Amino acid sequence: MSTATLNYPIEDAEAASIEIAKHVDKWRDQEGNLIMILHEIQDEHGYVPRQISMELANELDVSLARIYEVITFYQYFKLTPPGRCNIAVCNGTACYLKGAAHILSQLESKLDIKEGETTEDRAFHLETVRCIGCCGMSPSLSIDGKTYGRVRSSDISELLEEASKEKGLR
Amino acid sequence: MIQRMINATINGMPVKVPDGTSILDAARSAQLKIPTLCKHPDLLPTAACGLCIVKIAGQGKFPRACATPLEEGMDIVTHDGELTEIRRSVIELIISNHPNACITCGRNQNCELQTLAAEFGIRSDSIKRYVRDIPMDRSNGSIVIDFTKCIKCGRCVQVCQDVQNVSALSFLERGINTRMAPAGDISLAESPCIKCGQCAAHCPTGAIVENDETVAVWEALRDPELFCSAQIAPSVRVALGEEFGYEAGTNLTSKIYAVLRRLGFKAVFDTNFSADLTIMEEASEFAQRFVHGKGALPLITSCCPAWTDYMEKFHHDFVDNFSTAKSPQQMLGVMAKTYFSEKMKIDPAKHFQVSIMPCTAKKYELERTEEMYASGHKDVDIALTTRELARMIKQSGIAFAELPDDEADSILGEYSGAGTIFGVTGGVMEAALRTAYNFVTGENLPKEAIDVTPVRGLEGVKEAEIDVQGTKVRIAVAHGMANVGKVLDRVRAAREAGEETPYHFIEVMACPGGCIGGGGQPYGVTDEIRLKRAQGIYQDDRDCQVRFSHENPEIKSIYKNFLGEPLSERSHQLLHTHYKPRKVYKK
Repeated sequence: MSTATLNYPIEDAEAASIEIAKHVDKWRDQEGNLIMILHEIQDEHGYVPRQISMELANELDVSLARIYEVITFYQYFKLTPPGRCNIAVCNGTACYLKGAAHILSQLESKLDIKEGETTEDRAFHLETVRCIGCCGMSPSLSIDGKTYGRVRSSDISELLEEASKEKGLR
Repeated sequence: MIQRMINATINGMPVKVPDGTSILDAARSAQLKIPTLCKHPDLLPTAACGLCIVKIAGQGKFPRACATPLEEGMDIVTHDGELTEIRRSVIELIISNHPNACITCGRNQNCELQTLAAEFGIRSDSIKRYVRDIPMDRSNGSIVIDFTKCIKCGRCVQVCQDVQNVSALSFLERGINTRMAPAGDISLAESPCIKCGQCAAHCPTGAIVENDETVAVWEALRDPELFCSAQIAPSVRVALGEEFGYEAGTNLTSKIYAVLRRLGFKAVFDTNFSADLTIMEEASEFAQRFVHGKGALPLITSCCPAWTDYMEKFHHDFVDNFSTAKSPQQMLGVMAKTYFSEKMKIDPAKHFQVSIMPCTAKKYELERTEEMYASGHKDVDIALTTRELARMIKQSGIAFAELPDDEADSILGEYSGAGTIFGVTGGVMEAALRTAYNFVTGENLPKEAIDVTPVRGLEGVKEAEIDVQGTKVRIAVAHGMANVGKVLDRVRAAREAGEETPYHFIEVMACPGGCIGGGGQPYGVTDEIRLKRAQGIYQDDRDCQVRFSHENPEIKSIYKNFLGEPLSERSHQLLHTHYKPRKVYKK
């Protein structure tokens, strides 16, 4: 997934229009093209920016309502830029029993955001996921796809620091 | 082609219906009402609520009657103990996601969910209540949405997207989190909403209601400093009665004048009068454009504020085609605060004008542009819907049905048959043609041609060619916003090809049926009720001595004593407005 920074001013409708033309041309007149185009847009930006949805509505001659119905129906699509570093706390049965809630609340207070939110500087995004298949090492979490097991609350500061360093954040 | 008939059995009774009829409608033809909260006669079935389940012999499932066509030989049970029990559970489930707030709800006593809960004898919350906390949307001044009361039936979304082609409302998310919301999760005021109120008219519960402004009107009425006057719109007179037990279409004009006076209005005017005034200006505009080539053709009517909002957002390449004549509501307001106030020596600053409209968009029109303040004050202070007036009458304790008849105040009260038909689709066109014919030829339409029947009825688009002493005037009438696009596209195609315009004159009303089916009218509208209300209006037209706007004596005197002539400088200053492109989304 690429970073969330846009390489053009989002207010610039003309740029948005050129930007989406390449996706639309590829899928034009094909059934189910809206979802395919949204996938490409999200792959590029990490989320589906509103201005692009508006231009897409014009280009495909569908209402913005239809586009938002699709975007919000699927959990996969995001409407806000993701964090540069994505923390997923496992809340599967084993992790849940082994204190995932505690790990989560630690992260929430350290990052000063709630589950599902992104820090103001877009550095971290925090979410919970169902089982990530590491029940033997519960409680577990993953940071940008890298899994950490038997996490203790005292590990959290270190994990965040390590992630920051790796991404060159803060 | 002869339609195939289906023979089947419902609750042991033989039924015969045309092929394709749903079980729900087939049962209705056999005097059986199957309960439903999502199916509306105006709309396609969505099978959302699950109440209309029935049993079909030989099938183990419980299909939904709204979405299942009757088939040859089917043996159907629509009501028994088991179905009643299942339906009760469905209602209990819906209630478990609905706030327990009937007493303070805008639909108290006419909510479809409340009615069913009463009929099914639901006496307790058997399922733990879960109501998602979503703040109300009061952003647009015409319509108020309480998302927590939404039962996800989908009627408003279907009306807004498919009937009105606006797509201001949509469903977001999925499963238990599904919610109806302005498209793109913004406020209604920032959405494409045209304020037509068809969502409110179709909502089975109190999730979408008009913005009730009756309290502000009561306050004005008890302010000793203010001179309060009222006007009633054409279609209100044939619909208000439904709130008081009258048959739809009963014309109660004289009783409404009487009740408004009893409520404390010092002067009672009729919007039918100003409809005649609108026709004088608009027919003159038409004659200018059609005969003298001054201005764009087709001329398009602009007295429906939901339509003008829609055009400014979605079809603003037609701005120049719009009639600049203000709507009757606004013309009456400005005449009340200038002509009438001057004559009666009333300080216009203390003159408080209330309009009674079938419409939620009329609330928006009051402040649409600076031109709505042409008198130097807000020309109309508050627009109430028919439903709000009914509520005020009920609060006042006046026994409406027992009132003696009364008359409107002269100089802004007399109307012609052409004025009254403004309230129904095709009516503005018909009224305008009656006067434009005179303006173009110098003669009145012959008696047998006064009724312009091709523009009447509920067909979505009506087209006709009217013979004006040898010259053909091509007209189109559309109602329901989804019908407008095809008419305008024909004009666009001709424009691009450099061909002659397919129409000279187009009438558009936003609501299906026109104002008689407006978003502020009494609940429960169907085509059957629309037709009855329309009949009431056409009867009023036939009963009028004068059937041409230009022959209304009060119209003649207002031009003689005050305005000069149609399209005069004074008329332009007071009675005309302008349109401009607007953004579809404010955010």
